[in-house]
This record gives sequence, structure tokens and C-alpha cells, in this order.
Amino acid sequence: MPTDIEKDEISGQYTTGHEWDGLHELNTPLPKWWLYTFYLCIAVAMAMFVLLPSIPWVHSYWHGTLGYSSRKVAMAEYAKMESLHADASRKIAAMSLADIRKDPALLETALTAGRITFANNCQPCHGAGGQGRPGFPNLADDVWLWGGKLSDIQTTVTHGIRSSDPDTRYSAMPTFGDDILTAQQIQQVADFVWVNFYGHAEPGVDTAPGAKIFADNCAACHGDKGQGGRDFGAPPLASHVHLYSESRDTIVAQVTKPRLGVMPNWGAKLDPATLKSVVLYVHSLGGGEE
Amino acid sequence: MTNAVTARATPAPRYNEAVVRKFIIATIFWSVVAFALGCYIAAELCWPALNLDQAWLNFGRLRPVHTSAAIFAFGGSALMGSSLFVVQRTCRARLWGGEALANFVFWGYQFFIVMAALSYVLGYSQGKEYAEPEWHLDLWLTLVWVCYLLIFVGTLLKREEPHIYVANWFYLAFIVTIAMLHVVNNAAVPASFFMAKSYSVYAGVQDALIQWWYGHNAVGFFLTAGFLGMVYYFIPKAANRPVYSYRLSIIHFWSLIFMYIWAGPHHLHYTALPDWAQTLGMAFSIMLWMPSWGGMINGMMTLSGAWDKLRTDPGLRFSVTAVGFYGMATFEGPVMSVRQVNSLSHYTDWGIGHVHSGTLGWVSFITFGMLYYIVPVLWKQRDVYSKKLVAWHFWIGTLGIVFYITSMWVSGITQGLMWRAYDKQGFLQYSFVESVVAVHPFEVVRLIGGLMFLAGALIMVYNLVQTMRGATEKTSAAFAAQAAE
Repeated sequence: MPTDIEKDEISGQYTTGHEWDGLHELNTPLPKWWLYTFYLCIAVAMAMFVLLPSIPWVHSYWHGTLGYSSRKVAMAEYAKMESLHADASRKIAAMSLADIRKDPALLETALTAGRITFANNCQPCHGAGGQGRPGFPNLADDVWLWGGKLSDIQTTVTHGIRSSDPDTRYSAMPTFGDDILTAQQIQQVADFVWVNFYGHAEPGVDTAPGAKIFADNCAACHGDKGQGGRDFGAPPLASHVHLYSESRDTIVAQVTKPRLGVMPNWGAKLDPATLKSVVLYVHSLGGGEE
Repeated sequence: MTNAVTARATPAPRYNEAVVRKFIIATIFWSVVAFALGCYIAAELCWPALNLDQAWLNFGRLRPVHTSAAIFAFGGSALMGSSLFVVQRTCRARLWGGEALANFVFWGYQFFIVMAALSYVLGYSQGKEYAEPEWHLDLWLTLVWVCYLLIFVGTLLKREEPHIYVANWFYLAFIVTIAMLHVVNNAAVPASFFMAKSYSVYAGVQDALIQWWYGHNAVGFFLTAGFLGMVYYFIPKAANRPVYSYRLSIIHFWSLIFMYIWAGPHHLHYTALPDWAQTLGMAFSIMLWMPSWGGMINGMMTLSGAWDKLRTDPGLRFSVTAVGFYGMATFEGPVMSVRQVNSLSHYTDWGIGHVHSGTLGWVSFITFGMLYYIVPVLWKQRDVYSKKLVAWHFWIGTLGIVFYITSMWVSGITQGLMWRAYDKQGFLQYSFVESVVAVHPFEVVRLIGGLMFLAGALIMVYNLVQTMRGATEKTSAAFAAQAAE
């Protein structure tokens, strides 16, 4: 039994009579507010056990008197949000893109849905508002690789580019650095593109050899005036809008070993109404063609 | 001076203080590493280009280095050092197992930390939060930890005091429970004995539940029970007052360890985990509120009759403020564990803010308070080198925490509200990227808070190194004189 129980003058409480390395403990009773709050918390927890799914047994569990299910709550919320645009979505799915554009209210709904779909799915590559970034085309200007009509955009979005979809848009620029052109020829054709299409004056540079190489190897897809070829997704080189960057080195790199960009086939992921909405949204960004 | 009295009252050669000094130096070293890494990855969240396109500087690899450095290197060294100090003095017994075993635990643990950090930056991880090391390091840690347990229990068994002091209950609960959590959560089958890769023996939602049973109780037993052990020794020591209530310490100890172990499922609200398990996690978290606060009350109320010491002992300010942050975080936790609150707070920066009010406000501050007390005792100095610098550390650190927590509250609630916002047609109002842009300013404020906390720690390092070297400063006396006015 502890023998040296002492009274603490400051608090008026007695110590327990033990001592460790000069440390003592008071035998103060539990604070009442603490104890009753603890009991209250236990009561709240017990109420949760009764009201909500809680105690498990071998093959099932107590479902709770409220019939609560987090899945039911989440699905009900989802269904409610869907119901707010269900009629519009049905119409968008059924109507042609041209007809949707003639119905201002419906078009507004489609553009709203298209904006958020674009922002969550397309923006990571194409940038906010479709402004583009190196390697990912700007969708807000009038320069298009595969076409800017509603039907062109719909095909691109649905089937993707170099995707796993059998109807994907596909083309492959040859790897000219791989024994097709010599390093010197690649430099010459880069000079030609840089001066004639990109429009940089380079006094003293002879573009004649490059012009010949371009005509023989590149013009079939990119056009003899560098106007591009939408059947092949061949960029218009004379557009002043460049997929990677405006530098002569980039031209050399791309001719030597082309980077072949890819885009997913969104038809496999988005429902028809959402897909059409995003097509209308992209078309509305500024470069849509009729 | 209380410290000086303590140092004289207990003849030092009886105890193994060499290993404690090693752990204290490790604690001080790892604090800077952990805080600096935290600042770097916080900066990466503001400006992602700071990963410099190096795989090993990527946020995904550095983040576990930061968390492991903070929890296991800094917190772990502080807990092991202080527990081996406290258990000897409160048992009046030298460490069981001799010098060699204690040194094995120190070097074995530091080796584990360095190897774990290296493995993360090289890309090895078993993908379990706070348990990222692969199987071979897990086995090594198990060996080291069992030796630590043996030393601690062996010392308790050969004690010369009739009773076991309350601080030791908490330290023992921490050591035993962490051993259990570590072994169960890390159960895995190696892909080959010559490869780091392994596969968890649990799958799917069972794996998630085991992981968060581990993760939540790493918080409960590593970052709470262990540091409560510090509270029960260093606060009454520094305040020179008896512990407020022995009865409260019994009730809150047993209720804390009984309730904490069930609360893990609140990390898995609205997931594939069955609703009944989620409810259990939530209900136990609510019941946990008062048991947690029992420790806060005992820490705070121990100062009754000695509040004036806060003016003359800035080290004690850390301990008391830590207990305050502990109370705040353990109220916030039960609130966030309620399903409906969690639907707003989960996956947002609010969670990060909550964790840091615990790790910066509670764990780090109680450790700083311990360090400012223990370093003069261990290095046989009259007091710390400069109390003025302790005060500077206190205010810069506290302000840093305030910046950190408030910016993360605002950021987290912003994210939560943006993610759940629908327009009148039932479409999402904001994209994820828009929420990233919206919280950018708060991420910068968080970084500023972190840098302030780091600056405070660097002041502490200077101050403690000067203390160890036996330097004296006139301003200490000036500080005391000023406070006495």
C-alpha cells in the first residue's frame, strides 16, 4: 500500500502516493463534463448501430432501421442529375448535328454538356478552350488536320487517330531518315520548307534542291503549295500554325523520324448524346467549318 | 532549474544514455530532412516542372520519402530515444540486454530508414501508404522492432519501482501494436527470393481494409499513443507539477487503445467496403473523441499552478501548444469520419491539412518540447544555449502551422465544393483541371507555411548543437530577467 500520500496545496487533491524519478500523480476524479460527453458519444454510436447497417454476422449483417445504403443514395443523386437533362439528351442522340444547331435551346444544352465533357476528357492534351499545345492541335483556329466540318470532327472524335478502333483515322509519314533521304537532303528540304512555306527569309540559302526533293517526296500528301491534305491528316505546312513548334530543327527532326500522334476513340467511352455534344462544342470554338 | 535538479538527482552512469543521445541526434537530423523534403514536394505541387524530368525527383517517389522521413525517421527516432530515456528513469533500471543490443536497435533502425528511402527514389514500392518498403526491408524492420520490444519489456521487468509509470503504458502500447500492424499488413509473397517485388496476401477490398486498419492505427499508436508517453513524462517534469489525474489516465488509456483499433474503415467511406463496416469505423471514431481528449486534459491541467512557467520556459510552450493541437486534430478527426462530412472532405486538401495539424502541431511540437528538455540533461548542461532562439522557433513554427492548416482548409473545401457542383441542367459545373487551377494560390501559401516551419527547425538545430557544445549566451539570462519583470 502506498504510504506517502500527500495533499497538493494548489489543487487541494491528494497524490496516489507513488513516485517515479520525482514524478507524482494526483488522484483527481474524472472531469464530469468529460465523462458525460463520453457517455453521449457512446449513445450516439449505439444509435448509429441501430439506425444504420452495422453489426455483421456469418452470411449477412444488420441492415439498420432506416434502410440506408450509400450505394442507393449515390445512385439516386446520379439519377436525379440525369433526369434534369434526360429529354434533351434523348433528342440530341436522335437528331442530326445540323438539326440540333437549328434549335437554340437544345444547342445550348449540348454546348454546356460539351464544355464539361471536353474539360474533363480532352483538355489535358488539347488545353483549355482547345488552345492546343506542342504535339496536340489547336482546335479553336481554322487549320485542321483531318477536317473541321461537323461530320469530320464527329469521325475523329468517335474513332480516334491511330487508335485501336478498326475505323480509326490512320496515316503514317515515312521515316525519311531511315535510308530514304540522306542527311544532306533532309537539310535541303528543311531549308525549302523553312523559307518558302514558313516564310523566313534566309539570304544566300539555295532552296532549289529542296524544292525538287519536296516535289518528289512530300507534295503528294502535303500539297505542292504546302496546303496540306486532309485525306491523310497531312498538316498544311504553309499555314503558320505548326503542330510541334516553329523552328527549323523541328522540321529536320520530323522529316528524319516523324512523331505519329495518337488520339483515343471516344466512341467506345462516351454515350451518343455526350459525344455529339462535344463535337458541337469543338465546332463552336472558332474554327468550325460548314 | 528543474533540468539541473533532475540531472543531479539521478546518477547518470546507472543508465545507458549513450544510445539515447544517438537517437536524439538522429531525431534532430531527420527533422530537417523530413521538413525540407515536404517543402520541395509542396513546391512541386505549385510548379510541377520542379521534378526536372527526373524519375527519382517525381512527386510520386519523393512523397513517400517525405512521409517516411517525417513519421518513421524523425518521429520514430524521437519515440525510441525518449522511450529508452523514460523507461530507465521511471523504472530506476538500466536498459535490459546490454549496450550491444541497444546499439543494434539504433543502427538497425537507421539502416532501415536509409534503405527504405533509397528504394522509393529508385522506384520500389509495394504501394501501401506508410508501408511502402518491400518484403526484405519489412523482415529486417520486424527483427529490429522485436529487439526494441525486448529491451523495453526487459527493462520494465527488472524495474526497481513497484509500479509501472503511465508514460510506459503508452510507449508499450505503441511498440506492441505497431509490431502487430506491421506484420499483418505487410504479409506478402515474394515474386522471387532474389527480387524486391512481392504480392500482398490480401486482395481487393480486404486489402484496402487491412491497409487502412494499419494506416489509421499507425496514426493512433505511432503518432498518438507513443507521443502521449512523451506528454506524461516531459510535461510534469518541465512544469514540476504532479500529473493532473491518475484516474483519467487509466480510463483514457484503455478506452483509447480499445476504440482506436476499430476506426480504420472511416478511410473507406463510399467505396466497395460494405456499409456495415463503414458505419463501425464512423461510430468508433465518434466514441474515440473523449478518450483522445483525456490525454489533452491531463497534459493541460498538469500545468495548473504552474502556468507562469510558460513565460520562463519557452520549451514548455511547445509541449503545451502541442497538446492543444492534439485536442484540435482529435476533434476534427471524428467530425471528418462522419460519412456525410467525409463526402465533402475525402480526397481533398482538407485531409492533408488535418494530418499536418497532427504532425506539425502535435507530433513535431511535443518532440521539440522534449528535445529542449532532454538535450541539456543528456549533455550535462545547465540549460539550452539560447531561450530567445527557442522563442523565435516557437513563433515562426506556430505561424507556419497556421498558414499551412488554414490554406489547406480553404483549398480542401474549395475542391470538395467544386467537385460536387452541378448546374441547373444536371451537368458538372467544374472540371477537375479547373479545381486544380482554383487551389493554386492556397498551395503556394501552404509552401510558405512549410518553409517557415523548416526555418524554425533550422534555428532549433543551431540552438541544440550550441547546447551540446556547451556554449553559453548572455541573452538567456536577459530573457529570464525580462520575463520576470
